[in-house]
Order: sequence, then C-alpha cells, then structure tokens
Amino acid sequence: MGDESRLDIGSEHDILTARQRGRELAEQVGFSGSDLTILATAISEIARNIVQYAGRGRITLRAVDEGEHRGLVVVATDEGPGIPDVTLAMQDGYSTGRSLGLGLPGAKRLMDEFDLDSQAGRGTTVTMKKWITSPSARVH
Amino acid sequence: MPIPILKLGDYLIASIQTEITDADLGQLQDDLAERIGERRSRGVVVDVTAAEVLDSFTIRTLLDIASVGKLRGAETVIVGMKPEVAFAMVQLGLRLHGVATGLDLEEGLAILARNGRGSADGG
Repeated sequence: MGDESRLDIGSEHDILTARQRGRELAEQVGFSGSDLTILATAISEIARNIVQYAGRGRITLRAVDEGEHRGLVVVATDEGPGIPDVTLAMQDGYSTGRSLGLGLPGAKRLMDEFDLDSQAGRGTTVTMKKWITSPSARVH
Repeated sequence: MPIPILKLGDYLIASIQTEITDADLGQLQDDLAERIGERRSRGVVVDVTAAEVLDSFTIRTLLDIASVGKLRGAETVIVGMKPEVAFAMVQLGLRLHGVATGLDLEEGLAILARNGRGSADGG
C-alpha cells in the first residue's frame, strides 16, 4: 500500500507537510499540471481547519479506483468541538476564526466530491475526492 | 525562516519562498510596516513566484500586508503568481480586492513607478 499516507496534523508545519505529501501522492497517482496545485490547496484548507478549530487531527491520503476512474481521496478527521451549524460553515465568508471564511466551501469547489460529517462535541470528518480528467487517464 | 526584505530606491522587495509558515508571513507583515517608515518607501513588491500553493490564509495575510502598507503611505504590488496558483485561487473563490498585480518583479516596479509619477503630477 504505497499509495496511502497518514499524517498527524497538529501544527502549522504539519499543514505544509500535508500539502507537500498530497502533491507528491497526486503525481504518483497520475495527476498533473494545475490539478496538483488544486489538490494541494484543498488539502491546505482542510488541514488549516483542523489546526484552527480542533487543534489536532489526522489526514489520510489514498489513491482510489472506481471503474475506469482513478483519483485521490482525502479524509480529514478530528475529535474537536465539531461544527454546530454545518450549513452556516459551508457558506462563503462565514468564519469564526482568522480566515476569509473560504476554507470548507473553497475546498468543496476545488474537489469533485465533498462530504462533511460533524457532530457537536465529537468531532468532524471531511471526505473529499478528485478524479483524473486528463485524456490519457481515460479508457480508449 | 524570516523573509528577507530588499531595498531598491524608493521601493521594498520581499520574495516569498516555496514553503513559508504563517509565522514567517506574520513577521513579514510587521517588518514591512516598520521598514516602510524607516526607509520612507513609496511602494512594496511582494514576489510570490516560488509559492506552489496560496491558500485562503496566505491570501488574507497578503491583503493585510497591502492594507497596512497603504495606511503607511506605500502601495503594494503582488507579482509572480504562477498560472496554476491563480487558477486554484479563482476556484477557491479568492479575489485580490484592490491590490495591484504584475507578471514579474520588473512589471511590479514599473507599476509602482507609473503610479508614483501619476500622483506626483496630480494625475
């Protein structure tokens, strides 16, 4: 299982490590060009969310195949306070921290699939996927 | 690692390296505000050529740097954004409200020179 990475997120430095590792793995999986930057940016946003709101958490990066599609799945988990109002948190410009309030909705726009599961007092799990869309990745 | 600030005539130049921490950026914001006063600088160029990722926090800090600079009498130009970084920023929903941008350092300095002259001539 060389196509999986588990990263502990607890500091600002871990955010940098996570997005670097994400970029490397995405390249191995077959992503290229601006998709690498888009993935790294989305990972940066959710890693920052963990540090800012939960303090600690974990990000798992994994290659994924579904039918003829190949992609990368990013799972961010924390046991932090959870998000009291998920609908509000997914709105642009809403932030309780020092940011532009684009973290979660921004990450959603960067990825193809995005799922947010949060329970007050229990923590938050974000699962997001991006698929390779370059012609070389399609079955001819 | 602190981000070095170079002085060139009336201007200050700061080059952001590949992987900068939030603390480095915060430090840059403080240092620039101070140096603008010390050097009586009229403009600041922040070069992000080496940045592989600019997330919402980093952009927010860059906007803050430009706002603080403006209040201290200096205009800020952000230069060198990679095409893929620009693309990701737009998808993320980020806009650089009111901050001048240029392709590279040369263009950034030209923008500052042009705008500086414009105000000195009264338009």
